[in-house]
Amino acid sequence: MESATATFSRIKEPVEKPKPLDADELAYQAKMAQACGVAIDQRILAFNVEPPTIERHDLRTTWSRMHRPNTKIARRRIPTVPEKVLDAPGLVDDFYLNLLDWSSRNILAIALDRTVYIWNADTGSVQEFCSTAEDDLVTSLQWTLDGSYLAVGTANGDAQIWDVDSASKVRTMRGRNSRVGVLSWDRHIVSSGARDGSIWHHDVRVANHKVAELLGHSSEICGLKWRPDGQMLASGGNDNLVNIWDVRSTTPRFTKSEHMAAVKAIAWCPWQLNLLATGGGTADRTVHFWNTTTAGKVTSVNTGSQVTSIVWSREYKEFLTSHGFPDNQLAIWSYPSLRKVADLPGHDSRVLHTALSPDGQTVASTASDENLKFWKVFESRKAKGALAGAGATGISADDLADGPLAKSYARMTIR
Amino acid sequence: MLATAQTAGAVGTGTQGAAKGKSITLAGSVSIVLEFFQFAINNILFQRGVYPPEAFGNVRKYNLSLLTTTDDGLKAYLDQIFGQLQAWIAAKSIKKLVMVISSKTTGEVLERWQFDVNLDSSVANIPVAKASLSKASAAAVAADQGEPTKTEKEIQAEIAAIMRQITASVSFLPMLNDPCTFNILVYTDKDAEVPATWVDSDPRMIARNAEQVRLRSFNTTVHHVEGLVAYRLDQDAC
Repeated sequence: MESATATFSRIKEPVEKPKPLDADELAYQAKMAQACGVAIDQRILAFNVEPPTIERHDLRTTWSRMHRPNTKIARRRIPTVPEKVLDAPGLVDDFYLNLLDWSSRNILAIALDRTVYIWNADTGSVQEFCSTAEDDLVTSLQWTLDGSYLAVGTANGDAQIWDVDSASKVRTMRGRNSRVGVLSWDRHIVSSGARDGSIWHHDVRVANHKVAELLGHSSEICGLKWRPDGQMLASGGNDNLVNIWDVRSTTPRFTKSEHMAAVKAIAWCPWQLNLLATGGGTADRTVHFWNTTTAGKVTSVNTGSQVTSIVWSREYKEFLTSHGFPDNQLAIWSYPSLRKVADLPGHDSRVLHTALSPDGQTVASTASDENLKFWKVFESRKAKGALAGAGATGISADDLADGPLAKSYARMTIR
Repeated sequence: MLATAQTAGAVGTGTQGAAKGKSITLAGSVSIVLEFFQFAINNILFQRGVYPPEAFGNVRKYNLSLLTTTDDGLKAYLDQIFGQLQAWIAAKSIKKLVMVISSKTTGEVLERWQFDVNLDSSVANIPVAKASLSKASAAAVAADQGEPTKTEKEIQAEIAAIMRQITASVSFLPMLNDPCTFNILVYTDKDAEVPATWVDSDPRMIARNAEQVRLRSFNTTVHHVEGLVAYRLDQDAC
């Protein structure tokens, strides 16, 4: 402080009084100062330190934020026991496969060992749909958007297309020599991810089916999802990478290396086109949210357990994650608050696959305990209201469920 | 409020020292003026809502219930200012104290509380060291010149009137809707000692639609302090 003052006055001195002024000059200076409205005999000083700010908690926001979720919980009851349990004997206990899918025609397909079974959710009938050769194994399956064809990937590297009505194979697309762990449809293109880390786009309409090869992973692909509008593809692999591909390019648009374990759980947000959720395996336990337009990470949440799949709700601003050790549970989270809404324990070992019903209300989950369980976790608010209003309006829950489906049919065109 | 207790003592000694004439020494006057600034600034900070009401506590002073800050950060900040103010008042180099209330977002000056400090001409001419150190000489000067003397009580009553006025000013001053901050400006002689924490500044006048209201004044016979509040008149309001 002393030295600062000293320096200050030393600098100031020559400016203030350059040399003794004579009377005329002084008079002139005074006159000028008066004309300019400046007082030369005074200084205006300001205390040059920011005044402290006191954090003021706005009680309104604090309390309303605390209050809002509570009312929601009170209104929404999530059943913590499964609605239905089916046996799934022979389910291959392999994290890297994708063996469960639910079509828009309300038909659930599950692969048990070499055979694909389909279960009609409307009638409850089970049908043995197709089988692979003796030395082969079903490693992935995926319905088309309209639910009339099923793509099946096998351990030998084949991708097969099956017609659900005639229960017959339409075609087999060969060419790979490693197992196809995951499939994803975008209209007439089925993309397959294989153990060698490559992603192939198969155009199912043409004889020379392989239309593109995406090389961005060095290890097995276990997560692959087209964005609903077909402009982007997200893939996750055992090399802990998430790649986001533009449909027009064969080099990844973004590569994300934040995960510390294999990325199997990949899901695009249904209400925000560019939001992608990815979950990592045992060593990672984290769900990251990406803005795929800017490549930025939006947020992330540590789930405390291996994330095997993510399902977004269409009804609520929520998503469901399935987990392995230690609780083998399904967890429901609200987004974007990332608050856990509910935990649904019920499986005895890690949950491997999940699928959302076409009406968006029920989630099917299957675990290595060879159970297939159905959870009505996202019960529709509309359907509830309609059911409460009884048959007076004549609207059944199914009619309501058809609404969004009809829309998706309309969008399904072949270019 | 340790300082207030001390200053009250100083006033006491001041009056005691000149028991016959009941006049106040420079040192006593400095304490009164400084104490006035302390309470005035705290009062304005509370009344104008620059800081939330939780940051203030009640204190009995000038026969009034006044609010001073209980927030440690703000206290420390103000103590820095008052420490320097005391030095300047004692050195007789202060001319004006201005408290500027400005918008946090735009930085625009919304209110300007100005307190002019005028020194009595007889005291102004005595060299600083002599005046502040020897009470007797100051008292002698006062006695010699046969000045109108004032009791401590009278001065306190004058100050209380200003405090009431500051409190009451809330009724006519426009609402401060934005979050606000404050700054202290001091007009000094050109040769005043300036520590590094103080820098030269512009007067920070209110840019447009300024109106001003003169406040009461008080006189310690050594210092004459006059108040003035200038504020920006809201166009929508009228």
